[in-house]
Amino acid sequence: MSASHLLQVSGLTRRFGGLVAVDGVDFAVNDGEILGLLGPNGSGKTTVLNMISGALAPNDGTIRLRGAAIHGLAPHRIARLGVARTFQLVRVLGSLSCRENVLAGLAFGTRHLWGNAAVREAGDILDRVGLAGRADMMTTELTYIDQKRLELARALALKPQLLLLDEWLAGLNPTELLQGIELIRSLRSEGVAILMVEHVMDAIRSLCDRCVVMNAGRRIADGIPAAVLADPEVVRAYLGDADA
Amino acid sequence: MNRQVLLGAPLALIAVAVLAMVPFHADGYVLSLAISILNYTVLATAWALFSGPTRYVSLATVAFFGIGAYTVAVFGEALAWPLVLLIALAVGVVVALVVGLSTLRLSGVYFVIFTFGLAELIRQLVTWYEVNITRTLGRYVFIDITTEQIYWQLLGLAVLVFLCGMLIRRSRLGLALRVIGDDETVARHVGINTTTAKVALFALSAVFMTLSGAVMAPRWTYIDPAIAFNPVTSFQVLIMALLGGVHRLYGPVLGVVPLALLFEYLLANFPNHFSILIGLAFMLIVYAIPRGIVGLLEQGRGAIRNFGGEKRP
Repeated sequence: MSASHLLQVSGLTRRFGGLVAVDGVDFAVNDGEILGLLGPNGSGKTTVLNMISGALAPNDGTIRLRGAAIHGLAPHRIARLGVARTFQLVRVLGSLSCRENVLAGLAFGTRHLWGNAAVREAGDILDRVGLAGRADMMTTELTYIDQKRLELARALALKPQLLLLDEWLAGLNPTELLQGIELIRSLRSEGVAILMVEHVMDAIRSLCDRCVVMNAGRRIADGIPAAVLADPEVVRAYLGDADA
Repeated sequence: MNRQVLLGAPLALIAVAVLAMVPFHADGYVLSLAISILNYTVLATAWALFSGPTRYVSLATVAFFGIGAYTVAVFGEALAWPLVLLIALAVGVVVALVVGLSTLRLSGVYFVIFTFGLAELIRQLVTWYEVNITRTLGRYVFIDITTEQIYWQLLGLAVLVFLCGMLIRRSRLGLALRVIGDDETVARHVGINTTTAKVALFALSAVFMTLSGAVMAPRWTYIDPAIAFNPVTSFQVLIMALLGGVHRLYGPVLGVVPLALLFEYLLANFPNHFSILIGLAFMLIVYAIPRGIVGLLEQGRGAIRNFGGEKRP
C-alpha cells in the first residue's frame, strides 16, 4: 500500500527541547502531484521539509520514498535518491559563477555528470529557469529573483523525483509570479512531484492538487485546496476565532 | 583552459629545470635560503590545498611537519631512506584521518583552536615519551644525505604538490570543496559527502607536510620536540599563504618568497626582537592586504582592463 506513494510521511515528530515543533504529522505525496504544505508562521512546515531533506533527523515517525525508509539518512544520501530542495532564505554559492552553481547539482547527485556534457546540461537548465546568457555571471551580481531562479536550477540539476520548495514564490512581483507558477507547472508535467511550502494563495489555488495544513506542529487538514481553505479550523488557525 | 596548459606546461618545465640547476651554481648560504623557501612553498601550498577552498583554518601544520621529522630521527639510521619516507607518509596519513574524522565536524574558530591544541598535544606526548621511556629529550639525526639532495627532494615535493593541486582543481573534488567553503548545508543537499571530501583533502595536505618534515630533518642533525613541533612554524605557513592568496594555486608561493627572505633578514639582524617584528608583519599583512598578493594583482588587472575599456570609443 505505502509503496504506491512517492513519499509517505507517518507519525513524524520533532522536538526542540520542550517545544514540539512537529507532532505526529502524516501525509503522502503521489507521483506527478503538487502538494501544498500550508500553515501559519511557526507551525512546523520548514521543520517538516528539513526532516525530509535530511537536514534534521526526526525524533519519531517514518519517512518513506517509494517505500524505502529515508528518515535519519544524511542529506547527501537523500539528495542522491532524487530529493532536491530550495531554501526559505535563498542560499546561492557566492564565490561560484551561475554555471558552477548548477554544476554542483549535476556533479554529485543522481546523474553524476562532469566535463563538457555537464557544462552543456548546466546551460540548458539555466535557460530553462530563465537565466539564459548569465552562466558566467557571479551569483552576487544577480537580483534576488534571479538568485531564486538559480537556486531552483541547482535543485533541478539533481534530476529530482521529488522537489521541495520552501516559499520559492515569496517576494516575486505579479509578472514574475505568473512566470514562476508557469515554471512550476511545467515541472509537474515532466513528472516531477513537488511539495511546496507556500503563503501565496493565488499560487496555491492554481498549482496545488492537494494541500496539507499544519498548525502548532499538527496536521489540521488534508484535501483539495478549495475545500481545505474553506475549512473552519484552517480559517481559525490563520485568523483566530471568527467572532472574537 | 587548454591554451593555458599549452602555454603553461613548457614554462613550468623550464622553471623546474632552472631551479634544479641551482645547487650547481649557488654557494652554501644561497642554497640554504633556497631550501627554506622550497620548504615553506611545500608547506604553504599544501596548507592552501585544504584550507583555501574549505576556509577551514588549520594550525596543525607543524604537527605533521614534526611527525615527519621525528620519524626520520627514530628510523633514519636503521632503514633505507625511501622506506623511512614511506613510514613518515603512513604515520602522517593515519594521524590526519583520525584527526580529520574527529574534528572536521567542528567549524570556524573551534576548528582553529583544536588544530592548534593538537599540535601542542603531540609535542607534549613526544616529550613525555622521550623523558619517561627513552630517558633522553633530544635525538641526533646522522644520515648520509647532502644539502643538495635535500634541495632536490623538496623541489620534487613542490612539483608534486602543484600537480596534485592542478588535478584537484579540475576534478569533482575541487568543486565539492569550493561548495563546502561557500555553504556546507547546500553542499550536503546537492549530494556531496562533505565529511569524506574534507577528510580526504586534509589527509592529502598532511601527506605533503609530513614528507616535508621528513626531508628537512637531516638539516638539523639534532632535534628535540621544541624544535620539530615549534608552533611558530604553523603561524608562519598560515601568514605566508594568506599574504600570497589562497584562492589560486600559485598564490601561496607569492607570499612565501618575500616572507622567507624577511624572516631570514630579521633572524640575522634582529635575533632578539624576531618575535615582535614577525607579529607586526602579521598584523600589517592581514590589515593591509586581506585578499593577498593574488587579490592585488587581479584588482590591478581589472583596473587596467576597465581603464582600457573606457578609453575605447
